[in-house]
Amino acid sequence: MANVQLAGIKKHFEGVKAVDGIDLEIADGEFLVLLGPSGSGKTTLMRLVAGLEKPTGGHIVIDGAVVNDLPPRDRGIAMVFQSYALYPHKTVFGNISFPLTVEGMPREDIKKKVAWAAGLLGIGHLLDRMPAHVSGGERQRVAIARALVRRPKVLLMDEPLSNLDAKVRHTAREELKLFQREINVTTIYVTHDQAEAMGLGDRIAVMHEGTIRQIGTPDSIYNDPANMFVAGFVGIPPMNFMEQDGMIVGFRPEALLPAEALPDKDCMRLRLLVERVEDLGSHRLVYGTIGKDKVIANHSLRLNLPEGEEHEFAVCSQEVRRFDPKTGVRVRP
Amino acid sequence: MLKKIFSKSYFYGGLGVFLVFSAAPFYIMLITMFKRSHDLFGPTNNPFWLNEAPTLEHLDLLFNQTLFPRFLLNTFLVGLAVVVITVLLAVPAAISLARLAGRWGESVGIGIFLTYLIPPTLLFIPLSRVVSFLGLQNSLWSLVLVYPTFTVPFCTWLLMSFFKSIPKDIEEQALVDGCSRIGAMARVLLPLSVPGIITVVVFSFTLVAHEYIYALSFIQDSANKTIGIGMTTELVRGDVFYWGALMGGALIASIPVAVLYTIFLDRIISGMTMSDVRR
Repeated sequence: MANVQLAGIKKHFEGVKAVDGIDLEIADGEFLVLLGPSGSGKTTLMRLVAGLEKPTGGHIVIDGAVVNDLPPRDRGIAMVFQSYALYPHKTVFGNISFPLTVEGMPREDIKKKVAWAAGLLGIGHLLDRMPAHVSGGERQRVAIARALVRRPKVLLMDEPLSNLDAKVRHTAREELKLFQREINVTTIYVTHDQAEAMGLGDRIAVMHEGTIRQIGTPDSIYNDPANMFVAGFVGIPPMNFMEQDGMIVGFRPEALLPAEALPDKDCMRLRLLVERVEDLGSHRLVYGTIGKDKVIANHSLRLNLPEGEEHEFAVCSQEVRRFDPKTGVRVRP
Repeated sequence: MLKKIFSKSYFYGGLGVFLVFSAAPFYIMLITMFKRSHDLFGPTNNPFWLNEAPTLEHLDLLFNQTLFPRFLLNTFLVGLAVVVITVLLAVPAAISLARLAGRWGESVGIGIFLTYLIPPTLLFIPLSRVVSFLGLQNSLWSLVLVYPTFTVPFCTWLLMSFFKSIPKDIEEQALVDGCSRIGAMARVLLPLSVPGIITVVVFSFTLVAHEYIYALSFIQDSANKTIGIGMTTELVRGDVFYWGALMGGALIASIPVAVLYTIFLDRIISGMTMSDVRR
């Protein structure tokens, strides 16, 4: 268990600023998610912490010690790669025990520790199999068991769920969170999937072009975005933006409701030209335009909204976020 | 039903053609080895069958009047030495070209492969100067020195693409799991590249076994000849070809290679197609 501090971390690849000056503090036992589009530098940042890349500038501190010049094996970290990177020539047992074997731990202790890790992840029955002969979900568990078996100070995970089927992914997410709480290991988790980020993270750091655009709890990232990038990146469908009085006005699709739903509240009324309605069962997405801005509304009313006709929609004032049109920074009243 | 018979007969027909194609040389070698010369040179005789009683005279010529066993031994020793040198040089070279040299790796790799394309028929002249400068004329050491000039580039190239196919993740995982760079290489990279290394061993051995030009130009003593030149210089005298003995020698020399290939066939195929690690 340990905390992690990053101070002014930079990584430039031949002129490309993959990570461009990041300051970040991760508390002991915290689950921090690095969220961002591909190319935002989140994986590079994780690899810097792991020691697989050398920073161009700045300091990485794990558990109070600067680890800039330490190789990965001396940093007390464990990592789960997106591909799981299981050793194809070793059995599941051989995979999980590998970090301990390298350490030169006695065989009896290795057996105990592997049994513990395999039990934690429910893969005790797979120990004799080869990685090629276990399913995707099981491979992911093997990779996590291998990462945990050494009791790392910091656990790094690079999109560990992205290779799973959509159905398995939900349960995997749930379990991941449960055992992270159980062993309380400081975790850095990279993903581009905001549902994962919102569901798993104690805090989320939203990254873009090598910098952190906002860091905070899932709730504050979603409801209190610091800038247009975060507001537009987090949320499916994304936040609607309109120009109004020289400002950019943003509101979530689920805040844009047919006026019938918001009879007499303090609301902004808008005429929306309905172009298309998608019925998704639990809710409906309405694609349309207000003035010249394209917007999406997300509501769950059983309402007939004919395509090609205008309908009155409304947004409550407390749901509106305002941004500076030049910088994209949030303007707070 | 009819369709099934048709597709089956295509399958077995095709198989039969390939079988005849690959087995026929062995059959001809085997049968010629035991044919009496009179039978062999009779134009009216059926060439695919023993028309007269079999004889051991050709094998007697091969084993008792030439140094055939010695040729085999020489080939084996040179092959062994060259294989060891090739593996020791090509494996580290290929790893560094595949992993460490970045963009340079590609061009250096191509450069190395280009040296393989310079034909021995050009190279044996300057190389004979080198060999005589080192005082290795007429010695097997000249071949041990010269053969790696074509086995190493070829095998480096082969292994390079093999190492590239092993995901980098796996190596980095080993680094995270507590290995040093060398440790990751020894514990993870090398075990995964066994098919590639076996391919390289078999390939370089075969290249050595059938090499002709260098052996012919550097070796004169019968006792130091390898199989390729030994047979053709000792069993072709003027314009007389000792077919029986030639065929017998060829058959005996090719059997170990055929066995070697058969044993490692799966490994060689996965070595060349790299199907083992990519999933």
